[in-house]
Amino acid sequence: MAQTMTGAKMVVQALKDQGVEVVFGYPGGAVLPIYDEIFQQNDIRHILVRHEQAAVHSAEGYARSTGKPGVVLVTSGPGATNAVTGLTDALMDSIPLVVLTGQVPTFMIGTDGFQEADTVGITRPCTKHNWLVKDTANLAGTIHEAFHVATSGRPGPVLIDIPKDVQFASSKYVEPRKTVTSHYQPRMKGDIELITQLVDAMESAERPVFYTGGGVINSGDAASQLLRELVDATGFPITSTLMGLGAYPASGKGWLGMLGMHGLYEANMAMHGCDLMINIGARFDDRITGRVADFSPKSLKAHIDIDPSSINKIIHVDLPIVGDVAHVLEDLLRVWKSRGRKTNKEGLAKWWKKIDDWKAVSCLTYRNSDTVIKPQYALQRLEELTKGMDRYITTEVGQHQMWAAQFLTFDEPKRWMTSGGLGTMGYGFPASIGVQLAHPESLVINVAGEASWLMNMQEMGTATQYRLPVKQFILNNERLGMVRQWQQLLHGERYSHSWSESLPDFVKLAEAFGAKGILCTDPKDLDDAIMEMIKYDGPVIFDCLVEKHENCFPMIPSGSPHNEMLLGDANATNAIGAKGAVMV
Amino acid sequence: MSALKLKKGVSKHSAYDLRDPNADVDEPHTLAVIVDNEPGVLARVIGLFSGRGYNIDSLTVAEVDHTGHTSRITIVTRGTPSVIEQIKAQLGRIVPVHEVHDLTVEGPAVERELALFKVAGQGDKRIEALRLAEIFRANVVDSTLESFVFEMTGTPGKIDAFAELMRPLGLSEVARTGVAALSRGAV
Ligand SMILES: Cc1ncc(C[n+]2csc(CCOP(=O)(O)OP(=O)(O)O)c2C)c(N)n1
Ligand SMILES: [Mg+2]
Repeated sequence: MAQTMTGAKMVVQALKDQGVEVVFGYPGGAVLPIYDEIFQQNDIRHILVRHEQAAVHSAEGYARSTGKPGVVLVTSGPGATNAVTGLTDALMDSIPLVVLTGQVPTFMIGTDGFQEADTVGITRPCTKHNWLVKDTANLAGTIHEAFHVATSGRPGPVLIDIPKDVQFASSKYVEPRKTVTSHYQPRMKGDIELITQLVDAMESAERPVFYTGGGVINSGDAASQLLRELVDATGFPITSTLMGLGAYPASGKGWLGMLGMHGLYEANMAMHGCDLMINIGARFDDRITGRVADFSPKSLKAHIDIDPSSINKIIHVDLPIVGDVAHVLEDLLRVWKSRGRKTNKEGLAKWWKKIDDWKAVSCLTYRNSDTVIKPQYALQRLEELTKGMDRYITTEVGQHQMWAAQFLTFDEPKRWMTSGGLGTMGYGFPASIGVQLAHPESLVINVAGEASWLMNMQEMGTATQYRLPVKQFILNNERLGMVRQWQQLLHGERYSHSWSESLPDFVKLAEAFGAKGILCTDPKDLDDAIMEMIKYDGPVIFDCLVEKHENCFPMIPSGSPHNEMLLGDANATNAIGAKGAVMV
Repeated sequence: MSALKLKKGVSKHSAYDLRDPNADVDEPHTLAVIVDNEPGVLARVIGLFSGRGYNIDSLTVAEVDHTGHTSRITIVTRGTPSVIEQIKAQLGRIVPVHEVHDLTVEGPAVERELALFKVAGQGDKRIEALRLAEIFRANVVDSTLESFVFEMTGTPGKIDAFAELMRPLGLSEVARTGVAALSRGAV
């Protein structure tokens, strides 16, 4: 017998039935009935953030490090509008989230009531789908459908707007298994004829490369497993986007490192010179392609993606395979094996020789110093001292993010959380909170820039309240470093507003929140300071004062092709032409 | 590309098979989109076009299945072949969208639009308007001593042509429904 209950109780019941353990939220008038229900139960843990944007980023961190959807609860009006940046971030990076917002009662909608906003209107372009529930009878079914939509196909954020009278009214609860199945059932299996054609190409290719992205990680652990098997069995080189790091281990023998604007020389050169490109779960983003007209001019291109709209959007491909990565890789491996595991051994050997020459360029080389901490050095030490540990990394956005991607290594998926598509400063700290909640025993480090970190610094309150020992590793260059770099390369070294002036004393700031602060200014103290941070059982702000004018290389200047990378400062100033200057 | 057995364009699924994907010539396409008739669905479709910079020449929508609550949206848009492919794929991503048909490429289709024309005039002009209306098989749905309202169904081209002829005869207002379209034949 279906139970009758209030809408507010239904919300909590539906979340429980969906297996939700943690909700990130912030209360307000329009969600009080739901908060009242949360108060009266113990199955779902509510984490009180300090800003709704942080609730969404925390949920993203939780989702990306677990593979489960993240759940957010916020009030109407300003609660909902504060969530917009997080929703957009999650949409760009395909992160499954279910966001519940309160709304003014149905009879007040449209009257410009107190804290009324057209939430479904505002969030329509930044959610995968959203709903305004006007009748309690539909509430439970809508929540179950929301979880289905958020997690199936290409994952993404969804939002349910729940007017307050719908929360108070009663109706019959509908269980997940009784919910009518939606027509939204994305295709999982790839076209076997195309997969066979890809095997054909793989058997003869002289210069193949795997180009993988966040889609591998989103497809689940099986996809990463299959990818490893495929790469290692074929002996093909593999590079990955920022979002896909860890799907194939950095210690694996096929690994070329990250590609793209600040990717490794060998990875970008391999993309440019390959004769077969196999894109698995990546989307030819402009940070990857550089100048589209000159992108990998000689290659046959295959693209495996669950979202048909990703295919031929930017780069035209020869073998478009629509399907879930794990399903397609399984078929691909099966067909390739059944045909005798053939590859072009001779071609491959020559290809690897060429790649090894590119590797010998050592594109990540930088000039170290024994008086100033170089940001690259700080990350190398962090990597060295934490490598074997059960470690999760989040980042903010800027130079430090790119250096982190270059210098930290990941051998497993779901260990690296960064804002890729939207590039949201302020993402990393709340994301680290979400990760730590999901993995209480693990070491969670947010590699931050001082400017980004300040954007959500209020979350120190959340970290200390819930005793989350997140480590805020701030590479403090007292600059909006990435902006400064572009101004140097593009705007005649006129550094318009790219300073971080009036920075706080981060050690005192930590102490003000009841956390630990560590200041490090000398390369000689770095190892000890990092160990002190790791060993401390509680949140830490690590203020690492680094070289202020370091630039992040390699760099493909915007508007340039892959084979025109800048490797160092010598040839960098004014390297971006007029056409590139209009790109971001 | 040397050793590869498979050459660009060999696969019939290849993008290179879509005429010339890089052609920058815009062509009109009529799309039929079957959607759940739920609040906001039209806003989603229109938001997609405005948000991604696509054109809408004409748009009609109505519930066509009252038991299944599905609506048919007919959109006339224009773009290069690759833009049209993107539009279709993007429409397909919208959760309440069930089907997307490109009537322009899926085979022969019929397209009809209904229009109302208000023509005010006297004397010879009035007689001439009536005569032309007869030739175009437009009906008079309202008449006063100084005006007619004509109703006409036809292809957008026929409606344009009629409007052109009525202009010197006192055309003062036109209301058009936008295109409704169906594929020809049994399926
Ligand atoms: C919310 C937001 N506003 C502005 C930007 C543009 N932006 C990109 S990087 C950057 C500077 C980041 O400075 P910091 O966090 O100190 O990192 P650094 O580059 O110095 O390592 C800015 C302003 C952005 N990405 N996000
Ligand atoms: Mg900085």
